[in-house]
Amino acid sequence: MTSFDVIIIGGGHNGLTAATLLGKSGRKVLLLEAAGNVGGALHGYEFHPSFRAGGLAHIVNRLDPDVAKLIGLQAELPEILPTVALSETGMPAVLRGAYGERTDGVTAAEAVRFSELREKLLFQAAILKRFLKRRPPEIGAVTAGDMAAFASAGWNMIRRGREEGRDFLRMLLMNVADVADEYLTDDRLKGLLAFDATLGIHLGPRSPTSLLGLHYRLTGEAGGAAGAQFMPRGGVSALAAAFERAAVSAGVTIRTGTSVTRILADRGEATGIALASGEEISAPVVVSAIHPQMTFLTLVDAAELSTGFVRAVKNIRSKGNVARLDLALERVPEFSGVLPEDHRGRLVIARSIDHVENAFNPAKYGEFSEDPVMEITVPSLADPSLAPAGAATLSALVQFAPYQLGEGWEAGKPRFQKVVLDVLERHAPGIGKFVLGSSLMTPADIEACYHMPGGHWHHGELQTDQLLVNRPVNAACRYSTSLKGLYLASAGSHPGGGISGLPGFLAAQSILAGERR
Amino acid sequence: MTPGLAARLAGQKHIVTPRRETPFHPRLKELSETNDWYTWAGCKAPHSIFDTELEYFCIRSQGALFDISPMMKYRITGPDAERYLNRLTLRDVRKLAVGRVQYTAWCDDHGHVLDDGTLFRLDADDFRLCCQERHLPWLLDSAIGFSVTVEEETEVIAGLALQGPTSFSILQTAGFAGVDALKPFQLACFPHEDAEVTISRTGFTGDLGYELFVPAGKALSLWDRLWAAGRLHGLKAIGYDALNRVRIEAGFIVANADFVTAEGALRTDRGRMPDEIGLDWLVDTEKPFFNGRDAILRARERRTLKHILVGLEIEGNIPAEHAIVYHRGKREVGLVTAAIWSPLAKRNIAIASLERPFGERIADDLWVEIYAMRELQYRKLMKRAKIVSRPFVRLDRRTVTPPGRF
Repeated sequence: MTSFDVIIIGGGHNGLTAATLLGKSGRKVLLLEAAGNVGGALHGYEFHPSFRAGGLAHIVNRLDPDVAKLIGLQAELPEILPTVALSETGMPAVLRGAYGERTDGVTAAEAVRFSELREKLLFQAAILKRFLKRRPPEIGAVTAGDMAAFASAGWNMIRRGREEGRDFLRMLLMNVADVADEYLTDDRLKGLLAFDATLGIHLGPRSPTSLLGLHYRLTGEAGGAAGAQFMPRGGVSALAAAFERAAVSAGVTIRTGTSVTRILADRGEATGIALASGEEISAPVVVSAIHPQMTFLTLVDAAELSTGFVRAVKNIRSKGNVARLDLALERVPEFSGVLPEDHRGRLVIARSIDHVENAFNPAKYGEFSEDPVMEITVPSLADPSLAPAGAATLSALVQFAPYQLGEGWEAGKPRFQKVVLDVLERHAPGIGKFVLGSSLMTPADIEACYHMPGGHWHHGELQTDQLLVNRPVNAACRYSTSLKGLYLASAGSHPGGGISGLPGFLAAQSILAGERR
Repeated sequence: MTPGLAARLAGQKHIVTPRRETPFHPRLKELSETNDWYTWAGCKAPHSIFDTELEYFCIRSQGALFDISPMMKYRITGPDAERYLNRLTLRDVRKLAVGRVQYTAWCDDHGHVLDDGTLFRLDADDFRLCCQERHLPWLLDSAIGFSVTVEEETEVIAGLALQGPTSFSILQTAGFAGVDALKPFQLACFPHEDAEVTISRTGFTGDLGYELFVPAGKALSLWDRLWAAGRLHGLKAIGYDALNRVRIEAGFIVANADFVTAEGALRTDRGRMPDEIGLDWLVDTEKPFFNGRDAILRARERRTLKHILVGLEIEGNIPAEHAIVYHRGKREVGLVTAAIWSPLAKRNIAIASLERPFGERIADDLWVEIYAMRELQYRKLMKRAKIVSRPFVRLDRRTVTPPGRF
């Protein structure tokens, strides 16, 4: 029987990234994936005969350059796609280049103001970004490297003058609505910022700290441009394939359709895993690239974890708010006032801050929004194989749709789907007539399909109390856990979700660093 | 009064009487000559009943009844009960046979002691955990992932400690047939009226003695049964002050008196690991994982344990309670947490917490500074202290089975 140095649980992009890095470093790696394919949220599904969705993620905006290099994507410079802030009554506002290097459809004065705000936010995001690609410091045992990172971040903060440093500290925990109001007058732009700051997070734009969501979004980059977004050639499924290829060529053994039921441990030390089939595989290192709550509350025997730790894991807030709608369309949709080529970008329906805030309010009480906000892509434009010739697919991430719906999703889902289609109809008149088929995935469905507790793609709320040294919980914030030999590598770990590959990358790095020590 | 208000007031009875009375209170109240009460876990409990000095000698020379009903009692049942308790506590619960009792302790994630107590194995899947502090939230959170039920039974189960050389004879006279077979830390159930009383050969005195648990409704009849049997065996009711003296002689520690519990501590440096309060012998490093294991083993390995609990014998006869301990009469190295003049040992004894390496590698030239108030003037005494092993008093009758008759 082959023996492995490392077993990785979960073949999402983070699991694949960790596997690839460890494999390239000469470790014998076995990756186990419960689903039939690897790729996780990048893996597509057929939602209507002959119509496929590319993946749960429908655009790429934070793939780390080192991860891109690791999986061999660095060669092709992606085309940066625009963001279109739709308007129900007038023309849309368009952000071109990396998060609006240029803006179309707004007044010259507003364009200047947006540019000032954009520059400030990107500057602040760049400071935060320094901490996203490092293992969080160990409180009580801060290293010289940690101190250097703090010092250099501090230096960069005041490099542009004390005013800029003060503004950073002032704005860090503000809400996005107040910041947007400070700089902007155009409701479309304000609505867009409010939407981007809260997408996938249980906060409204007026909730304290909501600006941090926008900062996080802007720490992403594409082709070296901060805040940019792109669609990989061949769509997000092509990205999943690239991750898989990289892992295979790094010598990783991949077993799909293989459900891990237990992480074996003895006296505080992980020794291997057990499969649903009863088969047990041992390895000195086990990397769990799935949700931390699944890892600790279902795979590890509670008898091997301490009470305070289990209590903390149980308290991780991880209830999603985003639903995913897929439409099979007879032909490419046309949104009012949007140039044909801009349909390849990201279309956002969030007409104002109030719109986003009002969409959030019902979610607090277990109800979905009757007038939701959403971002839309037309994936078949990048990957024609998703739909038959001439036809198209539309993908929308819609919020707010709480994981635990008061009335239950069985009753709520058809109603919510109608609500979403009505909104789409207002922005793309006549679209309803071209709908051949549709599928709505609520957070509950996403949980079931993608094994993400709460249907939360960040694997845990991305809010101040669940970041850095507290992600997923303090005792496991440095990828290693209280179980010796068990490491975490999912979006639930620092720095968080989105298609970045960083949690997997940093986890693998810290495993390798630990071996050297 | 509106009906709503009446219902609300009815639900607030615990506020009207913040100090509850235990099931035995009617008897204690009748016997109390000193009328000297304190609050134990929200219950009215006696400091003394008639005279602390005489009550002490009842424990050591006759028979003493002490109401332990305010002690926290938790019932843990279910197929995972053993595994659950093994993860919770320091000792190996797999080695605890049915019908046996284990003195044990439990820690938080950082290895700081949450409490110590006694664990009774009533059946394969049925345990009772008794302790000083409240732990229901911790016990319930510890149950995540285990098939167990955790219930607090402090109020529904009444407890009595029957201690002293005549305690065995009192139980026999009271008609508890078969009690002679009980070895130390063994328990058995006996009929009492239409209910059962659980009797264990345990106690907090270092003497021959038993602890009895009954449903609260049977408390008074059990008391009366023992009281009648004890008439010719010198049975007396006692208060905590007398018990405190014998427990110091026996070298037992009390949570939040000799150490601050992890959940009770406000200051970050007040938590204590088992090795710092003399409970290192409870830590079973061979058993499966348990709460605090990593932290305790790491502290041992890295030699970062800061404190140590020692027994002291102090010259003179003035109790050194809460006295500061010095090395060479100058350097502060610790604090006396409990001290008495022991009438039985005829020695001035104390339990003290020292800062390592004092009490560990450096054990000589220790002094305690006693302030003795003499008619509104302190007399400051610097007395030599010697580290001695605990218990300060060892009594053969504690362990002899069957116990001697009177």
